Amino acid sequence: MSDHAHAIEHHETSTGLDSRKLAIWTFIGSECLFFATLISNYLVHKETWLTGPGPFPHQEWVSPAGQHFEPIIEIPLVTLGTALLLFSSLFVVLALANAQRGSRKGLLLWLGLTIMCGLFFVGMQVYEFTHFVHKGLTLKTNLYGASFFVLTGFHGTHVTLGVIWLITLWIEGFRGRIPPAKSLNLEIAALYWHFVDVVWIVIFPVVYLIT
Amino acid sequence: MATSALDQQRAHAAAGHHEPTGLWSWLTTVDHKRIGILYGSTAFFFFLVGGIEALLLRIQLGSPNNTFLSPETYNQLFTMHGTTMIFLAIMPLSAMFFNFMIPLQIGARDVAFPRLNAFSYWVFLLGGLFLNSGFLFGAAPDQGWYGYANLTSLQYSPGLNVDFWMFGLQILGIASLAAAVNFFVTILNMRAPGMTLMRMPMFTWMSFITQVLLLLAFPVITVALILLMFDRFFGTHFFVPAGGGDPLLWQHMFWIFGHPEVYILVLPGFGIISEVLPVFSRKPLFGYAAMVFSGAFIAFLGFGVWSHHMFTTGMGPIADTFFSLTTMLIAVPTGVKIFNWLGTVWGGSIQYRVPIYFALGFIAMFIIGGLSGVMHSSPPADLQQNDSYFIVAHFHYVLFGGSIFALTAGGYYWWPKMFGRMLDERLGKIHFWLMLIGFNVTFFPMHIVGLNGMPRRVYTYPEGLGFETLNRLETVGAFILGLSFLVFLINIIKTWRGPRNAPADPWNGATLEWSIPSPPQEWNFAEVPVVHGRDPLWETKRERGGPLPEPPRVSGQGIHLPHPSYWPLVAAIGVAGVMVGVMAEPKVGPWGIMAGALILFIGVFNWAFEPAG
Repeated sequence: MSDHAHAIEHHETSTGLDSRKLAIWTFIGSECLFFATLISNYLVHKETWLTGPGPFPHQEWVSPAGQHFEPIIEIPLVTLGTALLLFSSLFVVLALANAQRGSRKGLLLWLGLTIMCGLFFVGMQVYEFTHFVHKGLTLKTNLYGASFFVLTGFHGTHVTLGVIWLITLWIEGFRGRIPPAKSLNLEIAALYWHFVDVVWIVIFPVVYLIT
Repeated sequence: MATSALDQQRAHAAAGHHEPTGLWSWLTTVDHKRIGILYGSTAFFFFLVGGIEALLLRIQLGSPNNTFLSPETYNQLFTMHGTTMIFLAIMPLSAMFFNFMIPLQIGARDVAFPRLNAFSYWVFLLGGLFLNSGFLFGAAPDQGWYGYANLTSLQYSPGLNVDFWMFGLQILGIASLAAAVNFFVTILNMRAPGMTLMRMPMFTWMSFITQVLLLLAFPVITVALILLMFDRFFGTHFFVPAGGGDPLLWQHMFWIFGHPEVYILVLPGFGIISEVLPVFSRKPLFGYAAMVFSGAFIAFLGFGVWSHHMFTTGMGPIADTFFSLTTMLIAVPTGVKIFNWLGTVWGGSIQYRVPIYFALGFIAMFIIGGLSGVMHSSPPADLQQNDSYFIVAHFHYVLFGGSIFALTAGGYYWWPKMFGRMLDERLGKIHFWLMLIGFNVTFFPMHIVGLNGMPRRVYTYPEGLGFETLNRLETVGAFILGLSFLVFLINIIKTWRGPRNAPADPWNGATLEWSIPSPPQEWNFAEVPVVHGRDPLWETKRERGGPLPEPPRVSGQGIHLPHPSYWPLVAAIGVAGVMVGVMAEPKVGPWGIMAGALILFIGVFNWAFEPAG
């Protein structure tokens, strides 16, 4: 691991953990509460609707008023996005391993793939949101829609910020500025990236699989 | 002469090293001590603003059917009084001590992330200005500090008032979270050799627990405010019953944040008292471990009591019973603390200096506030007391009688360390007695008028209900309280004009901050100290058999310090800019948000790629 690199770059800390690493873990701990609140908000509201698609977005639905609504969720597409996001966690680990070994080529390859997966996921979400709006589900339609968009939207924002962060690191790597001694820079971004994935592992079944 | 020796040392040190001065050096500073002073002076300013708001409210309530304030103005003033005192006065006054004292107490040269620290301050300052700028538009927040739905819905608050509150709190939350990450890591990672967790000074311990509370409580209010923003700006109905939403959800989210927030406000005060009492009783803190664990237990329980703010919403017997019991349980660790403080003073050789006056005043006032808290932990009693002046009396006894008394004790205790000057003892004692008397005359009668049925948050009351005399008395008390802080201001000015006369260790202190010159040099410790016990400085003095010589001011050559930076300030402007952009969105479209985001982006990028030094 990168213990050797730490010793070069930083003097001893009381816990032995690098401060930046401890900080990102602390931040992630705080973010858990952020997403926990958003997910609770979704669970409270997912069956709250007065009009529009819902409360069973997977099935055709005839509302008490006799309105007919088609199913709106496209599970296969989201599953593909989910799979790629999960694979990207593996890719970023491989990128980090290459960075620690000093292999610039490997770093750029795996980090590039991570970024691609992230971009695909964001693109998938943009498509999905547009699709929902066309099917008549917007923020304003009902609370299922509102809590869905807010929850997945904030997750998507996190993914987007992660992608920007990783692109910055890719450019740095391309310029040869991520030698093994500085691989911690990538490790911290990777920890954030894993967190964003783990949150999606919770959101995906809650939003798409539980009927 | 000790003073002349000091002067010589200072002249000597000044020749070797020049601390930067001027406005630019403050805008770009990353020194935790300067940031602490910035926090303190800003917070004290807002404290005076909040105090003046309170005096206006008290003038209005001084006589029945008064027309001094219109109902609208009254609503704005009580909302801003509460919001200001909590977010712009008590929290940042604690942050002043976190900043200035934690690195000194743990023997560090700075915090873990000096630039992030500067960022926190600038975001806090902009958030405070943003929140108060509502006054300029005649639309200061007017829905109460806890912003209950439906008062905040577009239907009932179409104006900008709620927007200033909502975005202002959001900005302040970002500042608090950034600072919490920073101090959490600083306390864990920057301790001097030998400073194990169970040797940390109690102020550092309670601050550490406070950071944990901040980290876990603030995301919840962040989400609640985001949902409110969507309700007000983007047409959702999270808290609007007409659209299927539930106003009670706001109350739950708010108090899941709001109750831990109470301990965020008071735990640093507990820490300060635990520093002051041992030093002025000449005895180590009684029951150190019990103090640590009771603090942690209070924080833990603090997340399980939120619904005691909501007994009157009718949650049913099971929820009422649970939250009632957890609330009563919190009295146990708090009682442990009180008895340990008394045990510390018991049999001590008490030095009657100003800080211990405030510390003892704190204990007495906090007990009263704690007891009335236990009273309304019982739902039937709460049904009677809720929304009456009894509640106002209770929380002022814990927040003023608790937090403010403790912070003032800390102010007198650490003033010589922060500014190198001793505050005047006589004026300090006048301040104390005026404050103690003014405080009790203001707030004790509120228990009685509250139990007699006077509702809070109503701009006036009719004649003949028996409220007149006590309300007149409360108003007189409020002005005595105001006068006490005028005395404090005079003390500050007087001291400012006097010589820099504070020695390194004026109180015979026990902790590391007293081992270095007053005020400390930029790098704090010329040599990193090694710690062997809980009261490191007392141990050194005991080994030596007497007081230590005045520590020399050194030239500090070769000591590595972080470079100053203005990028935290740029990033902070970006954060505030995004919020202003969202607020202006209905008028200017997405351009405001994008401009703010661009500034934030530029700030963060240059910050990330700037050599940290």
